[in-house]
Amino acid sequence: MEKSFKVIAETGIHARPATLLVQAASKFDSDIHLQYKEKKVNLKSIMGVMSLGIGQGADITIITEGSDESDALNTIEETLKKEGLAE
Amino acid sequence: MSFLRGIAASNGIAIAKAYRLVEPDFSFDKKTVDSPVEEVTRFQDALNTAKGELEQIRDRAGKELGADKAAIFEAHLLVLSDPELISPIEDKIKTDHVNAEFALKETADMFVSMFESMDNEYMKERAADIRDVTKRVLAHLLGIQIPNPSMVTEEVIIVAEDLTPSDTAQLNRNFVLGFTTDIGGRTSHSAIMARSMEIPAVVGTKTATAEINNGDLVVIDGLKGEVHINPTPEMLEEYKKQHAEYAKQKEEWAKLVNEKTVTADGHHVELAANIGTPKDLKGVVENGGEAVGLYRTEFLYMDRDQLPTEEEQFTAYKAVLEGMEGKPVVVRTLDIGGDKELPYLNLPKEMNPFLGFRAIRLCLEEQDIFRTQLRALLRASVYGNLKVMFPMIATLSEFREAKAILEEEKQKLVSEGIQVAEKIELGIMVEIPSTAVIADQFAKEVDFFSIGTNDLIQYTMAADRMNQQVSYLYQPYNPSILRLVKMVIEAAHKEGKWAGMCGEMAGDETAIPILIGLGLDEFSMSASSILKARSLIRGLSKSDMEDLASKVVEMGTTEEVIEAVNSVISL
Repeated sequence: MEKSFKVIAETGIHARPATLLVQAASKFDSDIHLQYKEKKVNLKSIMGVMSLGIGQGADITIITEGSDESDALNTIEETLKKEGLAE
Repeated sequence: MSFLRGIAASNGIAIAKAYRLVEPDFSFDKKTVDSPVEEVTRFQDALNTAKGELEQIRDRAGKELGADKAAIFEAHLLVLSDPELISPIEDKIKTDHVNAEFALKETADMFVSMFESMDNEYMKERAADIRDVTKRVLAHLLGIQIPNPSMVTEEVIIVAEDLTPSDTAQLNRNFVLGFTTDIGGRTSHSAIMARSMEIPAVVGTKTATAEINNGDLVVIDGLKGEVHINPTPEMLEEYKKQHAEYAKQKEEWAKLVNEKTVTADGHHVELAANIGTPKDLKGVVENGGEAVGLYRTEFLYMDRDQLPTEEEQFTAYKAVLEGMEGKPVVVRTLDIGGDKELPYLNLPKEMNPFLGFRAIRLCLEEQDIFRTQLRALLRASVYGNLKVMFPMIATLSEFREAKAILEEEKQKLVSEGIQVAEKIELGIMVEIPSTAVIADQFAKEVDFFSIGTNDLIQYTMAADRMNQQVSYLYQPYNPSILRLVKMVIEAAHKEGKWAGMCGEMAGDETAIPILIGLGLDEFSMSASSILKARSLIRGLSKSDMEDLASKVVEMGTTEEVIEAVNSVISL
């Protein structure tokens, strides 16, 4: 499954937001990836997420694949919205 | 037993076991392992121990320093769980049969250089994070203990090469009784911190880290600038006695908390405190400070990876203004540059940082930073008695420009319907000789002066105050300095303005009699020096000190001045 978002947070996906996303993703068995431009990283990898340097206005796609893929996608979406990161 | 001599940076005597805050040796050899499976297990054990430690540190930081600081360790923990880091290490051990230390170091280094090569200060700092956490795992593999002052649970004396602002932020104030360092002087960060924490310190011992082992019994004599390692029982007794006497002396001074600072012949001066954060207010109140004479706002900007927001600043300024309950609070606008760097500003390295792009020079150029601070200050102004001071002013046009920006922001706020105090005094730090020399011209336009002696002395004597080889030129009593101070005070008074001093000299026992004689109106110092200064001033006669001051400014050397003061004060 996959879904796209637009990053609205002023500081982009840095430090704390990245931590929250990785923590959320790590709860699931499914493979979870984040795609930004041409790059695709493991959303369970803090260094992967931070290495993208995602800024405000970026278009990102979350891709989940596995037994709990739909729960995973919902949870990530919730985190993105609740923290005012993306819409 | 042995003995070290250094610079007495903060008064008092401390006796406790040594705790070394020194980077251990992480060197190891690359090895081939017979059983990669066992090696992977060894790696996982070290990893889990490191995680357990970090969890403890995170919980503790959350309790003592707030969720903000704890979040850093949360991110560190995630690095240690990162599949992109862990799997390659385990793979490397399995396929190359190398030891875990080597696999870890090589993989971590790859990530470190990846982040370091990014064109973004924030990312570069992540490289430091990765280095930091992998070092913790490496330490467990090697069986090395990493010093961690925030986890100390007994009374200790910290021994370090130097203490940075982030080191001192980690110190557990309940258990750190004192500290001693290899480098630094009376005005270095570590010394200033020790005075604000009110713990004894001896800095610049050159060899403290080489001579002192973990657990050695150490006596810090912050009066004489001596450090005794494993003292004899007799000496220990003697110091315990002195420690008790000092405590008694402090009790005597404590009686002056609510007394006025008036000379024997009835002249009042104001004793104010220098602070760095709202937390320091407690010390100001406990020591009977009559004002805050210098609020160093740069601490709001340090130890973080981006500029503080207007709201964060507003909260801090409001807390200080409210905490002082209407007493004056002199806030110095951002004084960054020189020895105080902000990595996230990406400023180029300079050959002469003290003479370079810093303080007001930077603020007038990077106006976004300056305007945000001024807005926060103006909004906070209604919560107390705010006075704003610009640092490092060298020319009148700099002051005019800074003032114009402040006025602009004020008008903007007013037109947005936000309340701003009607009268906010505007002053300058006098720390550059050019400004001291034409203080009479400045006095027509500013509301007050505050003489910053640490820099004024360094610039007048052309002697870097961080360079120990020229530290003999740090001469507050040199008649050249005294004449500059005199000019500034007289210039202020001629225009009906006030003159204060916020450098180290303001709390100095030898300087105070001269400064009283020169007519200084406000003395701003470490909170811990206030009561001692009050006790001293109450015993002085203003008119006698005027005689003394007029004599010493006509002298030729520092030594003559000290002798003259001693001959009058001991009478």
